[in-house]
Amino acid sequence: MNVPPTSTLREGLAVIGRGIKGQPRWFSLAVVGSVVYGVMTSLTAAAIGFVVQHAISPAIEAGYVTASQLWFIGGVMAAVVLTTIIGVIGRRIAGGVAMYNLGAMYRGQVTRQYLRLPLSWHHKHPSGQLLSNANADVEATWNIFAPLPMALGVVVMLVFGIVQMVIVDPWLALVGLTVFPMLFLANVAFQRAMSPRVTRAQQLRADVSEVAHESFEAALIVKSLGREDHEAERFRVVTHELRDANIEVGRTRGRFDPAIEAIPTIGTLAVLFVGTLRVSSGQLTAGQVVQIAYLFSILAFPVRALGWVLAELPRAVVGWKRVSAVLDATGSMTFGDRALPRGSASHLQAERLAYAYEIETETETGEADRNPAVVDVTLDVAPGATVAIVGPTGSGKSTLTNLVMRLVDPDSGAVLVDDVDLREVRRGGISDVAALVAQQTFMFDDTVRGNITLGVEHDDESVWRALHVAQGAGFVERLPDGLETHVGERGASLSGGQRQRIALARAVIREPQLLILDDATSAVDPSVEQAILARLREASSGTTVLVVAYRMATILLADEIVYLEGGRVVDHGSHEQLLGRCVGYERLVTAYAREAAEREAIASAEERDEPGLGADAAEEVSR
Amino acid sequence: MSMRSQVLVEHHGVATGKEMTTWQTLRRGVELSPELRKGIWVTVLLAVLSTLGRVLVPFVVQRITDNGLLAEGGPDTQVVAVYIGVALVGVAVTAVSAYFVNIRLFRSSENGLASLRLRAFRHIHDLAMLTQNTERRGSLVSRVTSDVDTISMFVQFGGLMLMINIAQISLATVLMVVYSPLLGLVVWLCFVPLFVIIRKFQGIVGRAYTKVRERVGDMLGAISEAVVGAQAIRAYGVEDRTAERIDAAVEAHRKAAIGAQARSVVAFTSGQLVSGLTTAVVLVVGTVLAARGSLTLGELLAFLFLVNLFTQPVQQATEILNEMQNAVAGWRRVIGIIDTPADVSDPGDSGVTLPRGPITVQFNEVGFAYPGGAPVLHDIDLTIAPRSRVAIVGETGSGKSTLAKLLTRLMDSSSGQVLLDGVDLRTIRFSSLRSRVVLVPQEGFLFDGTLLDNIRFGRPGASEQEVRLTFTELGLDPWVSTLPLGLATDVGQRGESLSAGERQLVALARAYLADPDLLVLDEATSAVDPSTEVRIQRALDSLTRGRTSIAIAHRLSTAQAADEVIVVDAGRIVERGHHTELVRLGGVYSKLHESWVAQQQAV
Repeated sequence: MNVPPTSTLREGLAVIGRGIKGQPRWFSLAVVGSVVYGVMTSLTAAAIGFVVQHAISPAIEAGYVTASQLWFIGGVMAAVVLTTIIGVIGRRIAGGVAMYNLGAMYRGQVTRQYLRLPLSWHHKHPSGQLLSNANADVEATWNIFAPLPMALGVVVMLVFGIVQMVIVDPWLALVGLTVFPMLFLANVAFQRAMSPRVTRAQQLRADVSEVAHESFEAALIVKSLGREDHEAERFRVVTHELRDANIEVGRTRGRFDPAIEAIPTIGTLAVLFVGTLRVSSGQLTAGQVVQIAYLFSILAFPVRALGWVLAELPRAVVGWKRVSAVLDATGSMTFGDRALPRGSASHLQAERLAYAYEIETETETGEADRNPAVVDVTLDVAPGATVAIVGPTGSGKSTLTNLVMRLVDPDSGAVLVDDVDLREVRRGGISDVAALVAQQTFMFDDTVRGNITLGVEHDDESVWRALHVAQGAGFVERLPDGLETHVGERGASLSGGQRQRIALARAVIREPQLLILDDATSAVDPSVEQAILARLREASSGTTVLVVAYRMATILLADEIVYLEGGRVVDHGSHEQLLGRCVGYERLVTAYAREAAEREAIASAEERDEPGLGADAAEEVSR
Repeated sequence: MSMRSQVLVEHHGVATGKEMTTWQTLRRGVELSPELRKGIWVTVLLAVLSTLGRVLVPFVVQRITDNGLLAEGGPDTQVVAVYIGVALVGVAVTAVSAYFVNIRLFRSSENGLASLRLRAFRHIHDLAMLTQNTERRGSLVSRVTSDVDTISMFVQFGGLMLMINIAQISLATVLMVVYSPLLGLVVWLCFVPLFVIIRKFQGIVGRAYTKVRERVGDMLGAISEAVVGAQAIRAYGVEDRTAERIDAAVEAHRKAAIGAQARSVVAFTSGQLVSGLTTAVVLVVGTVLAARGSLTLGELLAFLFLVNLFTQPVQQATEILNEMQNAVAGWRRVIGIIDTPADVSDPGDSGVTLPRGPITVQFNEVGFAYPGGAPVLHDIDLTIAPRSRVAIVGETGSGKSTLAKLLTRLMDSSSGQVLLDGVDLRTIRFSSLRSRVVLVPQEGFLFDGTLLDNIRFGRPGASEQEVRLTFTELGLDPWVSTLPLGLATDVGQRGESLSAGERQLVALARAYLADPDLLVLDEATSAVDPSTEVRIQRALDSLTRGRTSIAIAHRLSTAQAADEVIVVDAGRIVERGHHTELVRLGGVYSKLHESWVAQQQAV
């Protein structure tokens, strides 16, 4: 991104403006503190002059000192110091509060977006990048509020100094003030050089976070395939890129910092030189020149403080751009205001649904390829009915369940629940009546109870009841703290089957009118699955069930079976009907049985023909 | 065989490094990033040069005023010009040396921190699986990202400035004592309480910053839940609740940060207060001395300049010490992770390298308990012959997966030993172990990249042809051809553009390409449709001849196909034998089989 420097300045000011608007009180307090500090700092020299004139000189002349003179000296100086410090405390604490409040505010907003934006958006944005947006980028944006109050406060010093200089001698003041255009030019050059470098560094910071996040999420795979070196190399590449980018940033700063520091000194020297000439020609007194030179040295400080702010600007702008990319992201789902009727099993209809995933291509055209996952699917599930969705791996079953829950919106067609188009339902209205148990369960870093109730008030009895239905009561009872056991991040302390049962209980406790099970028992063993299905059947008489299944027992619970292949409904009907006329279905559901029969046949043949060819014999052969 | 009497392996959580003192942390930090020390003396020299230049300028300005402007008989333009020339040289020297200081510091600190990052990253992967699981992933990420960034602020400027400040304080002390020993003593007396306060505050500020770093980790953990759990959150409409949880973490961080800021402000202003009061005391004492005639007014004012030369670096140093505590807080977390022992560690060069070929697996009285938990495996004795296909079955929670994790050394047994070809697993080099033994877990993580890249993760450097062959051998060509771009299809974040079943197919192909001698499948095809599963099963059967395979499965079709079935119940092996034998036996397995058959019966 090639950003012209003036726009960096303008954008930077816009970021600052936004921040001030967000925290006007704390920010004003910080600036007031800074003004107090600025005024007191410029007054310190005057205060020393004052006590010298009124107490110290008289004492020296008199050859003795009175206690009241000493109290006067100490009192004036202490007053100056204490006021200065009040200013410092006000500035720093209020400034810090403003900065951290802004950080918290924007972290709140960014994470709200994460929760609001659709799944399709999440699929396109790496988790590590999103973490970096919420953390490092927010921080980069508002870090400028650390030096800002100081810089604004000491502008008072600047004005104070300039006015004094002009009063003493306008011409000499003018000489000194020529440094300001120099500072401005230096700064423009700085911004121009800095913006692209900081942009790159901040992007790489996010890349480092992305690789780390992905790699740690994959820790088990990395370990079991022994790919630690490979991952370390991947991380090394981005880390070194970040390092080089940071060194570039440092080099740029390193070049400008000394220049910006030197300019006020050069101004002081110019004032002294021109001043001397003017004193020689009798236009000024030496005292006036000294005064202006002194004022000038005071000015160096606010100029530096402004320099810090300007130096931080590019980083703030980059941070803000990255944050606002999230805040401005569109494509959030829109919601209507209708509620779904409650009290009885839902009537689920899908009309000519189609959905295709965008595929990121590596081709040069840059056009997103689309991978159709669901094509022209029409369903009608009567209230209270159970419909099984059957189909080979990758046939669009899970996508269909996502469409039915409105986790994604169809490209065309509509899903209706009790004749209401899901897109017209208010936010949260679907999960009020429907529950999905996904194929891969997600556990929150919470207790077993928290993972089941998800924050809704339920008494122990109903939690246990739900667990009984899900066949999870037994293992939860054996956990050290029962319902209050923390499951760890993503439920790390539980097995896959245990997680699935908690996820089932999570759905059951909500007494949904529409229950969607996406191969929700794949990680539990057959007997447990049987028990779960039996209990579900008892518990869900007022529930319409859509179940994705491979196992015969599950399929047989269904009143109707829909067979999908390649995202299309190939056939639907009862099990017997499909067995008779749908080859794909027949092959799928009888796969195990056919396999078992074949193996038995082979086994019995082997038993007859070659008794004793077991593992031992095989070992003999191999050695 | 004395191993069996070994005490329970103690699994460590991730160390926070809290118990390290500031000094120990800094030393360990520099030890871990030797680049920080490299060439530091040249940098210090340059920094001293630039500081001298900075100190020179006010001196020269004073000379210009005294000797030039206020010279007797009117301003002396000549003298002024000469001094301005000297000052300009000073400015130039300062600027040039400051430039080099900056660049050298940036280079050394970035290099040093990059090594620190890499080391921490690598070590996190070396940590035992159980140790990894004691901390949230987001928090682990913060240890190699924002914690390291925190350090950079200090090592880029603070560390060096601190040295320069100390030098300047010493120089100013010498000058003060030369000027007026008594006033010098006064100044130092005034500062003694400050040094006491600073020491005390260092601890307070340090703890406050440590808390901030911890809160950052918590915050990232909470935010990552919203990102990784996006589907579950939407499906249950718990956006508000998740937002509340995130807000709580953000708020805890905000409070901690403001708390740390307030404490560091108090620490900093105490320096400023003492500096200001010292000026007042010097003026008071100086006035007394001057009134007695032992000091002129000019000398008193000049001394004030020296006091300023002394207090300025002291103030700056208190500021830098605060920054240092912030850095130390980050450093502690990074060092904490690096110094957490890798319980399940690679024996490295001293380890055994196994030759390739079919593997014999042996369990000798193996027991296992999770840290702080009840034993989940008891006295497992088991020998698995090479080239055999073994299925391990049992109810959920019976300990099957634990067996697989011990076998692949994701965890070490609490007692007893696991042997491969008669060699204790713990003495086998990881490079050898990981290439010969591969586990395919139920939820095989995919990386954001193409299908091809993901398969190649199993064996980097494999040609596209080899990858294609893998799919062909596993009978998965028809599936690959349904993908829009075939092998070049992007699988998305965590592979989420694919279904769970498809992800399992990829994970299986990936492990298959790695070509291990022992393949351990832990529910690796649980989400795959039956006919694909049977097809894969057959492919594996025909191709695993020559390799040992162990499959953990709920679907008993796998058990039927196995040479031997091992039935685990409540952490013990209760039955073993061929499927047909076990069915006849009428025990645990036959019951499992009954319900399995019941599920298939209706055909």
